[in-house]
Amino acid sequence: MQPVTPPPPTTPPDPDALRLDNALALLRQASQAEPGGDPGSPAYLQSLIDQLVELSSRDPLTGLANRRSFELALAREVDRVARSGESALLLMVDIDHFKQVNDAHGHLAGDLVIRAVGQALTDSVRPMDLVARIGGEEFAVLLPNCPAAYGPHVAARVRLRVARTTVSLPAERLLSVTVSVGGAFAPQWVRSTPSVWIQRADLQLYRAKAEGRDQVCFEPMLGSEVSAPERALLLGGVQNQDIAP
Amino acid sequence: MNAPIPAPGPGAPQPAGARVTAITSGKGGVGKTFVAANLAAALARRGERVLVLDADLGLANLDVVLNLSARVTLHDVFTGRAALDDAVHAAPGGFSVLLSGSGLVEYSRLTPMVRDKLLAVIEQMRPRYDHLLLDTGAGISDVVLYTVSLADELLVVATPEPSSLTDAYATIKVLATSQPARPMRLLVNQVQRRGEGRAVLAQLQQVVDRFINPALATPLQLQLAGEVPLDPAVRDAVARRQLLLESLPGSDAAIAMLAVAGRLSS
Repeated sequence: MQPVTPPPPTTPPDPDALRLDNALALLRQASQAEPGGDPGSPAYLQSLIDQLVELSSRDPLTGLANRRSFELALAREVDRVARSGESALLLMVDIDHFKQVNDAHGHLAGDLVIRAVGQALTDSVRPMDLVARIGGEEFAVLLPNCPAAYGPHVAARVRLRVARTTVSLPAERLLSVTVSVGGAFAPQWVRSTPSVWIQRADLQLYRAKAEGRDQVCFEPMLGSEVSAPERALLLGGVQNQDIAP
Repeated sequence: MNAPIPAPGPGAPQPAGARVTAITSGKGGVGKTFVAANLAAALARRGERVLVLDADLGLANLDVVLNLSARVTLHDVFTGRAALDDAVHAAPGGFSVLLSGSGLVEYSRLTPMVRDKLLAVIEQMRPRYDHLLLDTGAGISDVVLYTVSLADELLVVATPEPSSLTDAYATIKVLATSQPARPMRLLVNQVQRRGEGRAVLAQLQQVVDRFINPALATPLQLQLAGEVPLDPAVRDAVARRQLLLESLPGSDAAIAMLAVAGRLSS
């Protein structure tokens, strides 16, 4: 083997030796400005990397987080919930009868619908929540620090917001769609995995579809939450016994 | 797991080893570690070989209750500083203990490494004992859920106090819906009158029947492990860091613990 002499660490890479064309073409295609500074300088390269990271985390059609960055965020949230015990909600959202939209109005209309739904989802949750497009007509919303009692209300708001959205198609046609929503809370304090969480929310999404679409389904009995009727039955008897001689 | 072990005889199969019982509680401070230590002593008094494993990783309390300190712990075993056998200590009540050591606090997040090692420890110890008691943490952390999942049967400790009952119910619900069905016993600690344990059991069972069992393939039927009276002798023993069965074996609470041991070993 030839002995290898490492270059001095301070020497900037030779810009002519770097193959940046494809990266720059991608940025141009995504209408992003070329990084500033001298090509090949650390600042230039860092800026280029940041822009590429941004590009590879976003869904190009909607500008929402894509499946990859969503799964990263979900993994972080699973870890956080296991440690903090906070309540976090995952909503899986799927556009109802989307194939019919494509078939009847064309794929361009389908794209407009997907964008409008993405916008409606973003508008119906908090800025700290993460809305992602994770498949063709499938979205996910990750809501950190969302108490169990709020979940159904938030999900209902999301569903209604979409149902009230009107999408303008070319030739002054108007279209509206509905979504089905499945919700599952991360099990507090419990070490889990993103895939288990997605599975549980997906199961509820299938249920919402099966029960007629345009509705919200949540896991019926979840984890350690003790409902008011359970508490009443549990403690009612004990309190009565305390009163009895 | 409740099947009677056949009497050893010529050609009789070797018994599988210790029955593993996870001792847990919804709420902390209901006497879980007190129960673990004194139940171990009560079982030992019946001639059974007992090992208590401090499975409340990182929040070890068993050493405090038993007045054992500065010993080789599971932490030393996990980090390769000691052999497992060196971490097994004789406790005052005639049983053995495996302490986890406060260094295990870094394992409050259950890594695959800790999972594997805990499982290996239990499998290694199982053939040598009749009873393995896992003193788990309170609540339903991942460590608790995991250690409970390793057990053949469960002993839930609760007091008749409303918050303890609610938390015990929450724990029972999580375990029943997320883990395989196993015998689950309830020990009602600090009862103020005779029969209160059975009343608490009936109350819990009623809620289980209404809200949990409809969703289960095998309905959960709680069994009463026993009731232990609120007894000033317990406070005395704890303050002196002694086993109740050693220091005040004639006390009401000690006699109740012996009865619990009788039910568990039969």
